[in-house]
Amino acid sequence: MKKEIYTISIYTENNLGLLNRISSIFLKRHINIESLTASSSEIENVTRLIIVASLTEESVKKVIGQIEKQIEVIKAYYHTNEESIYIQSALFKIKSNLLFDERQIQNIIKNSNAQIVTVSPEFFVIEKSGRKEEIEALYDELLPFGIMQFVRSGRISVTKEEMKISELLKKQLN
Amino acid sequence: METLTKAKKKTKKEKAIKINGAEAVVKSLLAEGIDLIYGYPGGAIMPVYDEFYKYQDKLHHVLTRHEQGAIHAAQGYARVSGKVGVAIATSGPGATNLITGMADAQIDSTPVVCITGQVGSNLLGTDAFQETDIVSISTPVTKWNYQITKASEIPEILAKAFYIAKSGRPGPVLIDITKDAQFGELDFEYKKCEKIRSYNPVPKMDKAQVKAAAELINKAKKPFIIFGQGVILANAEEELRELIEKADIPAASTLLGLSALPTEHEFNMGMVGMHGHYAPNVLTNECDVLIAIGMRFDDRVTGNLETYAKQAKVVHFDIDPSEIDKNVKTDVAVLGTVKETLVALNTIINQNINQKWHQEFKDLHQIEYKEIIHPEINPTKEKLTMGEVINAINNETNGEAIIVSDVGQNQMFASRYANFKQSKSVVTSGGLGTMGFSLPASIGAKLGAPSREVVAIIGDGGFQMTIQELGTIMQTKVPVKIVVLNNEFLGMVRQWQEMFFDRRYASTVMTNPEFTAIVEGYGIKAKKVSKRENLSAAVSEMIASKDSFFLEVIVEKEGNVFPMIPTGATVSDIRLK
Ligand SMILES: Cc1ncc(C[n+]2csc(CCOP(=O)(O)OP(=O)(O)O)c2C)c(N)n1
Repeated sequence: MKKEIYTISIYTENNLGLLNRISSIFLKRHINIESLTASSSEIENVTRLIIVASLTEESVKKVIGQIEKQIEVIKAYYHTNEESIYIQSALFKIKSNLLFDERQIQNIIKNSNAQIVTVSPEFFVIEKSGRKEEIEALYDELLPFGIMQFVRSGRISVTKEEMKISELLKKQLN
Repeated sequence: METLTKAKKKTKKEKAIKINGAEAVVKSLLAEGIDLIYGYPGGAIMPVYDEFYKYQDKLHHVLTRHEQGAIHAAQGYARVSGKVGVAIATSGPGATNLITGMADAQIDSTPVVCITGQVGSNLLGTDAFQETDIVSISTPVTKWNYQITKASEIPEILAKAFYIAKSGRPGPVLIDITKDAQFGELDFEYKKCEKIRSYNPVPKMDKAQVKAAAELINKAKKPFIIFGQGVILANAEEELRELIEKADIPAASTLLGLSALPTEHEFNMGMVGMHGHYAPNVLTNECDVLIAIGMRFDDRVTGNLETYAKQAKVVHFDIDPSEIDKNVKTDVAVLGTVKETLVALNTIINQNINQKWHQEFKDLHQIEYKEIIHPEINPTKEKLTMGEVINAINNETNGEAIIVSDVGQNQMFASRYANFKQSKSVVTSGGLGTMGFSLPASIGAKLGAPSREVVAIIGDGGFQMTIQELGTIMQTKVPVKIVVLNNEFLGMVRQWQEMFFDRRYASTVMTNPEFTAIVEGYGIKAKKVSKRENLSAAVSEMIASKDSFFLEVIVEKEGNVFPMIPTGATVSDIRLK
């Protein structure tokens, strides 16, 4: 079976140890986590984890089964890229003199829809949100000028399909 | 007036009282109906032990000789009683010594709660004396775990621990309690946990799936049932029997499902798997509908998955959704407790007669009987065989004993040759195959089912892995019967070396001590038998003994367990020699 990129969304209770449990489900099966994001969700006291990994559909189903088995996991879903709306963000730290000496940089920033977040005498910082490929393209363009620091966040995503987590929580309490 | 109504409210709700965390641990255990726990003290858990001292008339603590012994005893207790077993230990090495038992309980779905002491919360993360991150270490081998750092958390977290351990598919839970939380004060009030919003222990039964299952079964010409421990955990033995009898279906057990159906039941075809019986293994690949009930298609059961029951429609009854399609693709999955789903199934199942199909089992069984079983229990060779020892025990116990086998050849012979009349008669380490499990587990089993005879069957290797628990038997006087089948080899590994490594017996030869002398050193009656003519008298003396009794039987050195499905082979290619 073919491997594909899946976005795994997990709604959980807040718990210190849960991340450990979930990452070990991947570790045990030699599945590399490409990105992982934890944040609050639309429901109070419910955390949302978003994990991106490349695996077969058969194995993503089994992984979801194992994740849902964890006590504090409320619900887990998996989606393909087509089924979700997703972005990542990245920060680039660049030497300030380049911004003035190399006109081209300003064009690159404009054309890529990136934003300058801060400018100081020594450096300036560009923020870019978008698909991984767009961020990589910007990276490639900036590389020749020298990038002092680069960091890319994990994927955040919402699904096209409705989630109904609140209803589920209510049902499980009754 | 106001004070009056307030006072009334308080008595109604059960009063909160101020106590320290350690006492709250004991009171929580008592509130859960626990009167027996197994453990070993040490620095970080001393406040709780101090409370054990004060509460010793209500809560009996069994001091094992090693923490591994404590958790295996708790497992044995849980397996025969259906109640939650509790093991307690100190931080650091005490806690890590519990790990093997947690892994064992996790893979064999045994409800156990482990309580460990931990260094004070101000010391966490400082590499303090006897600090280990037991929560991280135990994560992959527990159903749930949690570290308590405040006394006030104790009742609620312990209530959750018991609920999680025993509900749904049972499993081990570890609660780590820092020393300051044991000393700290709290207003104690205990409420049993009945719900956790993120946890759905029993999936809702889908009637349409039950119907789909019934349709397949009703149409089947060659239906075959494999049942596992799920039947025992759900108390569904009667329902299983009703299904088998009504629809006339031959049935076989997994290792942990043994005793859910009496051995002598005419439709009980024995055990499936690597050293299971010939007929059910071969006919797994002949049946048209394979009905799996409360089992998980372990690789020791299925052999090569590519060639496992490919001709059959598969119906899988289980409580755990993640087991469906995990190893074997199912056509119909019925989720829920096996009890609930079988009750529903039995109302719509048709009566049936599958005489010809049963005959196929009988014919194959005849082959196994002639080639393997008969010679094993009626040997012509001089040396005793493991099978004949088990058979002698059957004769003496009338199939009414709880058999606690260890791991290796002794386990397979015990499972193949012991007779069981009632459920919960088998305690063994199935999924993990933990050598050394059986001696401590037998202690827990006897304490969990005091009216039943408990016989531990152990190899000379496994016996020496937890031999120190003889001390526990001596001190508690728990009357377990211990049979060591001594072949002076790590027998099962030796058998594989014989079959697959050209008899290169690397590190499987055992130079053993005089076991009876050791056992007698512990004040336990001991006997050694090496001749056939002395076997049955010795077994009968052992069973008649009111106290614990040790019987060493010197058996054939290079006996082999057959049939056998070599690792990765097809079930139907099971070898008779
Ligand atoms: C803790 C542990 N270590 C190693 C093994 C691997 N192993 C499986 S069976 C076996 C031999 C057991 O020998 P013995 O206890 O003498 O029993 P026998 O097979 O001779 O009945 C070994 C070493 C194991 N199952 N458990």
